[in-house]
Amino acid sequence: MKLIFEKSVSGRQGFKLPESDVAVQTKIADKYLRQADATLPEVSELDVVRHFTQLSQMNFSVDANLYPLGSCTMKYNPKYTEKVAAMPGFCDLHPLLPQLKGGERYVQGALEVLYDSERWLSEITGMKAFTMQPLAGAHGELTGIMLMAAYHKAKGNKKKYIIIPDSAHGTNPASAAVAGYQIISVASDKKGGMDIEKLKAVLTDEVAGLMMTCPDTHGVFNSQVSEIAKLIHSVDGIMYYDGANLNATMGRCRPGDIGFDVVHVNLHKTFGTPHGGGGPGSGPVGVGEKLERFLPISRIVKRNDGMLVLDYNYPDSIGYIASFYGNFGIILRAYAYMILLGSDGLKATSDHAVLNANYVAARLKKYYQLAFDRICMHECLFSALKQTERGVHAIDIAKYLIDQRIHPPTVYFPLTVKEAIMIEPTETESKETMDVFIEAMVEADALSRSNPELFHDLPKTMPISRPDETRAAREMNVNFFALKA
Amino acid sequence: MNPYIPNTDNDVRTMLETIGVKSIDALFVDIKPEHAPKSFDLPSGKSEFEVMERLRLMASRNAGTLVPFIGGGYYDHYVPAACGALISRGEFYTAYTPYQPECAQGTLQALFEYQSGICALTGMDVSNASLYDGGTALYEAMMMGIRITGRKKVVMDGGVSPIYRKLIRSYTHNLHFEFVETPVVHGQSDRKAMTAFLDKDTAVVMLQNPNFFGTIDDFSDIVAKAHELGIIVAASVYPVSLGLLKTPAEMGIDIVTGEGQSLGLPLNFGGPYLGFMATRRKFIRQMPGRIVGETVDAQGRRCFVNTLQAREQHIRREKATSNICTNVALCAMQASVFMSLMGRRGFRELAQLNLDKAEFARQELAKIPGVEVKRSSPTFNEFTVRLPKNAADVVEAMIPRGFAAGFPLGRYYPGMENYLLVAVTEKRTKDEIVAFAKALAEVLR
Repeated sequence: MKLIFEKSVSGRQGFKLPESDVAVQTKIADKYLRQADATLPEVSELDVVRHFTQLSQMNFSVDANLYPLGSCTMKYNPKYTEKVAAMPGFCDLHPLLPQLKGGERYVQGALEVLYDSERWLSEITGMKAFTMQPLAGAHGELTGIMLMAAYHKAKGNKKKYIIIPDSAHGTNPASAAVAGYQIISVASDKKGGMDIEKLKAVLTDEVAGLMMTCPDTHGVFNSQVSEIAKLIHSVDGIMYYDGANLNATMGRCRPGDIGFDVVHVNLHKTFGTPHGGGGPGSGPVGVGEKLERFLPISRIVKRNDGMLVLDYNYPDSIGYIASFYGNFGIILRAYAYMILLGSDGLKATSDHAVLNANYVAARLKKYYQLAFDRICMHECLFSALKQTERGVHAIDIAKYLIDQRIHPPTVYFPLTVKEAIMIEPTETESKETMDVFIEAMVEADALSRSNPELFHDLPKTMPISRPDETRAAREMNVNFFALKA
Repeated sequence: MNPYIPNTDNDVRTMLETIGVKSIDALFVDIKPEHAPKSFDLPSGKSEFEVMERLRLMASRNAGTLVPFIGGGYYDHYVPAACGALISRGEFYTAYTPYQPECAQGTLQALFEYQSGICALTGMDVSNASLYDGGTALYEAMMMGIRITGRKKVVMDGGVSPIYRKLIRSYTHNLHFEFVETPVVHGQSDRKAMTAFLDKDTAVVMLQNPNFFGTIDDFSDIVAKAHELGIIVAASVYPVSLGLLKTPAEMGIDIVTGEGQSLGLPLNFGGPYLGFMATRRKFIRQMPGRIVGETVDAQGRRCFVNTLQAREQHIRREKATSNICTNVALCAMQASVFMSLMGRRGFRELAQLNLDKAEFARQELAKIPGVEVKRSSPTFNEFTVRLPKNAADVVEAMIPRGFAAGFPLGRYYPGMENYLLVAVTEKRTKDEIVAFAKALAEVLR
């Protein structure tokens, strides 16, 4: 499809601006001006609408397709939350208003959303306090590690390392490194959990903490988690809970109760906010008593008269980690989602997420090798090794599914499992939909025996076939205008 | 009842049988009794109608009716209806990061067009597919400059947003960088102070245009001096101003970032926003975040993919250029719709309108006895005035009169308690500006 720039016709304009009603024609000195107009496209409003509508039709999405992308929790995003986010009074609110003298009076509704969200998340995770500021999961991780560093600094601890299981998301080691720590990677045991003996072997006084996804990316809840916490705490280390997989355990287990000191939660996973083609997300961070005084500023507090205000007076705080109060528009959607579901609805969410994943695992394990043959949590992890022996790799199966109008599961992650296929149906998919997926997977396995060559040209029904990714990386054509030049 | 769970009792029975367990509880065997929640004391659920009513009430407790003259990097621009309508398509907003390009060409092409639009505005060679917001984008630019040069000294211009500066300071608190800041001035960057700081240990110079006080600058001379010493120059820019102002590329700047909220995103009480970043082609491998690149499919048809992923955390883990994963793709697409609607001419006209309205407001405020409007250097759509009283008090008194009158600079700058930062966008009418000046005159009387 043509680029919007290729549809440009000189003289067209897609938006009518107001006529100037002030009798002023300001001229800035030439030295401050650009030499030529920015070469934005010249198109009508209908051109724009049709262009982006047609683009949207080239996407798979949760609204139109099963999207069992493991580790991403692609659940249904309820429509009313979009209406909430677009309410005047929320979406047009300037973030500096509460920083004006007396300005907090004019943002009480917004501050209440934030304040209540902190309380809800604290109760769901068993933490003492929350900050809603982190703008995505990885940003929450960085915030959590900064809190950890502040704790050790305040205690005069000399710490250098953060321990991370090899099954962790890449953001864990990257966030720890950005915060200035070195990484010790610990391998998993044969059942998919963290190998405690290997953990003991690397544990020293220089360990600042452990980052643990719980359940982990193998879909396994580590039943030795309390023992691990004791070990880490024995060297005054901090237990960090990566909440990427919180959708598995709401109402069943709270990180704060089992030894975690700091957690981040991905609102765009567990709390039903849309993934937006790659964000915006939101990654609030919760802490126990130990770390509370280090939380970022500002914090929202309720005065004796009931007024909610921003409080900057925390001398031990790590400071600003976002420009304002977080991705408010996303937090608002998650808040609406939490209060609709309530206690029972949230617990049912996790129950059915786990049920659905186990159903898929049980039906597919005859055909695909389970990475760990055990009851799983909200996602099940297979390896396509058997199919690979026939010349059909995980990526080929993924492309086959695309032709069946199903978004592929996560493939080649976690890195600990060869030819990984990680399936997370979520609680919002019905048995019938999962059955269609299961049948497609079974058919792919059958085809890997009867006609493995067939896979290499898939998908065939999409606007494009497999792209040449090597060429993209070599040529680095990332800007239409550089191409033309 | 959870309306988003389709499983019936019958489904649950069948599925449990298939799995070979008796109950859902049995699926949680690995969560031992000692792991059980000590509390899960949350309210019970509500209907959609009840939730909507409650939130409508909460929204009504916010200031819907104040006429905003407040900016500080975040502006009350009009958001065309088509922006919201197009990104509200479920095919866009309920998809995720385009890991499977064959079924995500819509997102990928839209992001490629976004990158091209950012390059058109800034004049730079390459752009990424977005970062969280303007503040974190400038932090990433600083880290990028440090990686490119292998040096550890950062020179921050006094005109850079105090919010960005605080944020960058928190992030680098545990890292061993040397920070120096040039003095805060109302006008253009202090050349003498800046030059004195630049040396062969300096990694990166951080600038902003227009600066936090609204002043326009041409940084070409600073860039030339910095480049003589092998220093990277990063600048945060306000995209709407680029409808008129000299581009960062024309000034020779190496890394450009900015807050993209003004490109068709609502104010949203602080987010989600859009951090953009563009740079020279030779630095592309040091750039953080997703990048969409053009290629061809097996049939030779043009298509788009996430490219240069070897920079990223999911491949490189602790050696990645950044820890960023999810960015703000939907906001980038919204900005792309906005740029397409405005187009070449509309974008320039938008900038000119902002400039003219602000100039008119400046003239009106200058007529008020005791109000001093700085005129020494040019500004875009925001400017500083000195009031005869404490600006925070004046702003407080303006609220009941229906105005968010601006941002009192004393909030971030001790000694500047009487200074007010006033922003005027294309949305402010002549009548509103005149009424604003009248109200301000009354408050100051």
